[in-house]
Amino acid sequence: MSTSTSPEKSTVKEEIVPSLPGEHIVEIVSDSGEGAQKCGQSFAAISAKMGNGVWTVEIIPAEIHPPSRTIESASGIRIRFGSTKVTNMGDEAELMVALNEQVPYARILQKAYKEGTIMLLENKWATDQSEHIKTQYATALKDFEARGYKVIEIPMEVECLKIIKSARKGKNMWVLGMLCYIYDRNLDIAKNQIRHTFRTKPEAVIESNLLLLQGGYDWAADNLDFQYPIKPMELKEEMVVMNGNEAVGMGILAAGIEVCSMYPITPATSTSHFLAECIENSGGLIHQAEDEIAAIGFAIGSSYAGKTAVTITSGPGLALKNEFIGLAAMGEVPLVIVDVQRGGPSTGLPTKVEQGDLLAVLYGQPGDTPVITMAASTIEECFHFIILARKIAESFRTPVVVLTDANLATGQQPFPRPKVCKEWFSPPIDQSPWKQGVDPYEWDEATGLSRRPIPGQPNGMYTLTGLAHSKEGKPSYDPENNQRTTAYRSKKLATFKNTLKPPEIHGDKEGDLLIVGWGSTLGAIDEAVDRVRAEGGSVSSLHLRFLSPLEPGLKEIFSCFKKVMTIEINYSDDVSDPVINNDNRRYSQLAWVLRAKTLVDIDCYSNVEGQPLSPRKIVRKLQQELEQLKA
Amino acid sequence: MYGLKPDILVDLPEKYFCLTDYEKVAAKWCPGCGDYAVLGNIQKLCRDEQLDPAKTVFVSGIGCSSRFPHYMKTYGFHGLHGRAFPVASGIKWRRPDLHVFVITGDGDCCAIGAGSWIHAIRFNIDLTVMLFNNEIYGLTKNQTSPTSRMGTVSNTTPRGSVLPPINPMQTTLGVGNVSFVAQTVDWNPPHLYATIQAAHRHKGFSFVHIIQRCPKFQSDLVEQFTAGKDKLYLLTGNEGVELDDVVIKSFDHTVEHDAHNINAARSLAEDPDNIYLGVLYRNTKAQRYDEYGVHNIGYTVEQKMEALNSELNKYAV
Ligand SMILES: Cc1ncc(C[n+]2csc(CCOP(=O)(O)OP(=O)(O)O)c2C)c(N)n1
Ligand SMILES: [Mg+2]
Repeated sequence: MSTSTSPEKSTVKEEIVPSLPGEHIVEIVSDSGEGAQKCGQSFAAISAKMGNGVWTVEIIPAEIHPPSRTIESASGIRIRFGSTKVTNMGDEAELMVALNEQVPYARILQKAYKEGTIMLLENKWATDQSEHIKTQYATALKDFEARGYKVIEIPMEVECLKIIKSARKGKNMWVLGMLCYIYDRNLDIAKNQIRHTFRTKPEAVIESNLLLLQGGYDWAADNLDFQYPIKPMELKEEMVVMNGNEAVGMGILAAGIEVCSMYPITPATSTSHFLAECIENSGGLIHQAEDEIAAIGFAIGSSYAGKTAVTITSGPGLALKNEFIGLAAMGEVPLVIVDVQRGGPSTGLPTKVEQGDLLAVLYGQPGDTPVITMAASTIEECFHFIILARKIAESFRTPVVVLTDANLATGQQPFPRPKVCKEWFSPPIDQSPWKQGVDPYEWDEATGLSRRPIPGQPNGMYTLTGLAHSKEGKPSYDPENNQRTTAYRSKKLATFKNTLKPPEIHGDKEGDLLIVGWGSTLGAIDEAVDRVRAEGGSVSSLHLRFLSPLEPGLKEIFSCFKKVMTIEINYSDDVSDPVINNDNRRYSQLAWVLRAKTLVDIDCYSNVEGQPLSPRKIVRKLQQELEQLKA
Repeated sequence: MYGLKPDILVDLPEKYFCLTDYEKVAAKWCPGCGDYAVLGNIQKLCRDEQLDPAKTVFVSGIGCSSRFPHYMKTYGFHGLHGRAFPVASGIKWRRPDLHVFVITGDGDCCAIGAGSWIHAIRFNIDLTVMLFNNEIYGLTKNQTSPTSRMGTVSNTTPRGSVLPPINPMQTTLGVGNVSFVAQTVDWNPPHLYATIQAAHRHKGFSFVHIIQRCPKFQSDLVEQFTAGKDKLYLLTGNEGVELDDVVIKSFDHTVEHDAHNINAARSLAEDPDNIYLGVLYRNTKAQRYDEYGVHNIGYTVEQKMEALNSELNKYAV
């Protein structure tokens, strides 16, 4: 099947903003199964270890083994790295490596490249036995040149076969060697990385991968006439590098959580892979339940019995967990729920990013179900927010939802090594006698807070129920009781809100335009705002970490700007559509919440293309908005 | 006195629990409901086994029967319809010191909770499970349940139900890693008591199918159940339940059964004509998931800090 598409003739030629000096964006794309991701992850880790700022985005096909040499088969990774901290995926790539000429089209659809992008292309297809493939290759080559890419054909297969018998497994490490030459990577670090990557494999495998690395490096040194050394930063503190799912897993260890109950779902699952390797050394276990309902039920059982548990899922799983989230809120059971958001609704885009679950978390349950909700916006926050969430869950006797997304889940970024401290870890279960005369829901009038007895505590016996109940925990159909106890549960959010500070503003505290974001878009929004501000644009941004309750002071902050707009990765109706008007427009999820909360006429800009937002896209929108505000 | 050695008195528990230590508020089931008999016998069992109320948890779903935990002065968890198994499993997995009982109804277990039921059997966590099978949805007022006999007239099948029922015994015995399966009836208290006791003493997922009268919505069956003694067979044999001779004599029929023989157990469960009371199957060697669950409990914060640091080392730049 030919997947070539001709360059869009009609569209205005995109203006090329040169990347910030001292950084590059590299992509590696291959057929699924050729190891492009392993190559890129290793490259990112090597760069981070050398002291570069790094951000990675994985390109993941939806199927395990799609037909090769097709758009569907494209599997790979983007690495943006530089001499300063990198917080997002950036705009178009400067350089890309492709193991066949078809897979780049998956990325061309996403506008991942620009005029001048260097394309290092496996050339074995030029002489393939199949006439069809040969033609495809020749056609694509012409097309790439027409698009302005600088194509360099490289005999990857031929070179690899000089080192190993079959090139399919191994070419990725040869490519890594080539990239190490181009970007002047420290080869000792690279070799150690290979040893780490293949640590569970026999020595012979490690040896041949080391030879491939060296082979790629040497070939590049002999045959390429360019090099882009990207200088590292001066690291003042110890750093670690990992992806968001690993950071969540690390956070679970750091919170002292002993039970992680889950059901496999992309893109959340790799957290449990990480934990499966190490949580037992930390006195904890993973429970793989029969479905998401049972997973959260099991976690709630564990929490009820004194060991606050975590359950990890993504959108479809969250939908199944809702009834139990309601029970946890009603029965006041501490619980941490991690939702690694993906494209929805339904099965949607399982491997792609979306911030589409916010309203489902806030309002997905029947009745009044106050749930404390927070969203991590960096990999580092993925770690620290789990520790925080466990503490909040226990102090406020409530479920806490931590939102991350597919972008954070697989993106790698270095951050300062957490300084492990005792206070993060949950204390041992309290089994001292419960104070006689104290009820299991002795709600404090002012705060709605109460302490909970834990099975095993003498005198504390009570029955937790999802029915409306009195402070003794007895089912109660009394109208006044239900009004009052619902208010107590709600009041806990007000109490929690009192502990929060107003969000910091990136840029001036007043001006024309304020952008509000949440989650993984932080880096891209801030970078775009910085670029526009550098041109003199009056724009600022703020990024929310707490979504329920919202951080305080928003209305006051908003009143200092002519216009407030959220930028999100989820759906909103486009006002330029003739059918859409202010009356029937459906807004982005955070915009809905903020409009309701602040009564400010907040606009939104969002899409559901399943991609992280590029700063370029945001810059254009900001420029457009500022223009309109002037008019 | 009476031939007791004096040192036996020294072994008396610090605090002796009486029936009143397990009794809470008066239950609110319909008059004649079979659930009362189970409640009374469970309280007696707790007393006889001297289960510390603070260390005992009754977990249920939703239904008339699932109100049970509210009538026990122990810890309780009256959760969601069909979801008692995962909650109970989560409680017991890392808390070997707790005695965990599960109370579930035929709708709760065999309809909405069927998925978790199957998996709970396989997990084989040490839980004492009582399925209150009244062959009807009681709480929601008379709807056909998956265990209702074909032809059952109810609010959802006014012209009679059109499918044969699920047989909970057959289903349970069909799941891999099954550990303990017994059957009893609410109107024979000594047998009920002895069966639940055997279940409680068995280490693993002990499933007791209780044939339960619902005079409100299954009044025809109540007659059939209690009068139809010729259909009831008492299982005897050394792996069965311990009964007084009087109780044994109250049955018209007895059958010798080897509770280790799963094929024999299955054929008894599948008998369309007769009901066999007692332990159909027990396997003390089935894998127990809660044994895995407790293999690494009790780590100190220092140990956890060390584990985290060594994990962070692997990701250090
Ligand atoms: C999710 C959900 N669906 C439906 C119900 C309504 N409901 C409550 S109890 C019940 C059936 C109870 O029947 P059974 O489990 O046989 O218990 P019984 O009342 O007969 O003891 C149903 C359908 C519910 N509470 N929750
Ligand atoms: Mg029933």
